[in-house]
Amino acid sequence: MTGIRRQVAKPARNKIRRSAGEKVFDVANITFILLLVAITIYPLLYTVFASFSDARALLTHEGALLYPLGPVTVQGYRMTFANPNILQGFSNTVAMVVSGTVLGVVMTMMGAYVVTRKQFKLRGIMMKGILLTMFFSGGIIPTFFVVRGIGLYNSFWSMIVPSALNTYNLIILRTFFLNVPDSMEESARLDGANDLQVLFKIFLPISLPALAVITLYYAVDYWNSWYPALLYIRDRKLYPLQMFLRELLILNENVESASGKQMVSEAYTRELVKYCTVVVSTVPILVVYPFLQKYFVKGVMIGAIKG
Amino acid sequence: MTAAANRKPVIRKRTGYIHNMIHNPVLYLMALPVILYYLIFHFLPMYGVLIAFKDYVPARGMLGSDWVGLSHFTAFFNSSYFPRLLRNTLAINLKELIFSFPVPILFAILLNEVRSTRFRRLSQSITYMPHFVSTVVICGLMVDFTKSTGVLTNLFVALGMPRVNMLSVPEYFQGIFIGGIVWQSFGWDSIIYFAALTGIDTALYDAACVDGAGRFRQTLHITLPGIAPTIVVLMLLRIGSMMSVSWDRIVLLYNPLTYETADVLSSYVYRIGLTKMQYSFATAVSLFNSVINILLLIGANSLSKRVSENSLW
Repeated sequence: MTGIRRQVAKPARNKIRRSAGEKVFDVANITFILLLVAITIYPLLYTVFASFSDARALLTHEGALLYPLGPVTVQGYRMTFANPNILQGFSNTVAMVVSGTVLGVVMTMMGAYVVTRKQFKLRGIMMKGILLTMFFSGGIIPTFFVVRGIGLYNSFWSMIVPSALNTYNLIILRTFFLNVPDSMEESARLDGANDLQVLFKIFLPISLPALAVITLYYAVDYWNSWYPALLYIRDRKLYPLQMFLRELLILNENVESASGKQMVSEAYTRELVKYCTVVVSTVPILVVYPFLQKYFVKGVMIGAIKG
Repeated sequence: MTAAANRKPVIRKRTGYIHNMIHNPVLYLMALPVILYYLIFHFLPMYGVLIAFKDYVPARGMLGSDWVGLSHFTAFFNSSYFPRLLRNTLAINLKELIFSFPVPILFAILLNEVRSTRFRRLSQSITYMPHFVSTVVICGLMVDFTKSTGVLTNLFVALGMPRVNMLSVPEYFQGIFIGGIVWQSFGWDSIIYFAALTGIDTALYDAACVDGAGRFRQTLHITLPGIAPTIVVLMLLRIGSMMSVSWDRIVLLYNPLTYETADVLSSYVYRIGLTKMQYSFATAVSLFNSVINILLLIGANSLSKRVSENSLW
């Protein structure tokens, strides 16, 4: 990120001998950053350690974990994958991610393309309308009635269609399309290309980095999506993984707040399965994350430039 | 003159919508699903906001329900919930502005002072990570860590506080809520500041070095002014959303014991509207919140335009 300045600035600054005060600052600074990094990663590490722990040891354990308790075991994972709810949720989530992302990317591409075409007369009013939705929305209740009114209530598509197109993603792609030189399109037009050909043969290949960004944004959003299901889904067979996670992590745990003690009647493995499910549901994203990081960061930068 | 006057109607005809559509059928075909999407899922709900002024009964439909004017609004303003919701919404936002907003700035400046590129990259990679963890998981871990035997609770007990389920104590709720937000977002939010730091002219540092300025003074006189425009714009935008709190996080973390400090306008709308089915009343509350949000945003934007060249529109 900061590479450009650093490569130039650092050698220059290194030439000057560091004073004692600066050395103290460097040490304190690095320690502080390490502390922040540790705080960031520790809850995730804790979850991983707990997920490989012995169920009984975990139940009686209090406080921090620096390694799995008892002999390392995959008992929890075995139980997690044996849970029909989790498997159901997993497959629903995967279906949602795939269809939602495909729909989202196609819609975003078409939207960004038409609002950047000078020959499209509705371009101005359409863009104004789209921007208006970023500042004012009807709110969850009128939206709920629209979803119900068109018959999407309690259907798989209620988790996708109402959020089919993300305006931020549209703006990212629009910014990218605006920077495509006109000459490229003109030469294609001279060769007799129509709009579909211009979009697929010129804009698509040239915008691959931006398309990667929005694909990832859509995929992550759908993977983590839970409240459309809370609002629109009554049938548990349609629940995405995050809804089952909510039951496991939040709803059961809230029982505790009344008594202040763990529910003894709960199966003693519940704690263990809880951590395993968190790991199972989070790992797919965190595993691909390091490879895709540069794209995510790029997305923030394009999005930050005025739409 | 006459030639121009004669040509005018021809131009108008050429640029008419129908003509435009006939000549660009593919464009209009591509625009159709996008336009339909925005009309159905964004503009139709905007029209649906009218139920805030009606006594909406789903069976009678939008048009069949009776008009009640502003009575839902006056009922809300006179209810005992109004001051509590307003107070909590503002308090959470104010605390976020004070405790959460500066963290990414501080992080970016401090990390920028580290010489090792590898250390910087690794720190960035790790701190960006929580951004991608789902809200449900984050809140679930927060619930787990603050239960009476949780990791965080143990830490606070060691510091002399009583052992309780911390999320059942109203006094702790807002602190925990904001702590979670800082944890999840400070790394990701720092990206924009790293970019601003990259944009600072290196010649300025070299000149300062020659003049004998140490690193602290370089930070104070070059780095900070360099990213100040970014800070100002982001802060104004933050102020523009002083009345909005994302309800999903609140709904995941609160419970009846903590409503006193945790319930905000958006979570109240969800609870009253969709679980207690007072549709019109909840829509009125939601509309009140949206209108205030828009006014704040317009104010923040015009302020931003005045103090810097940056603005949303």
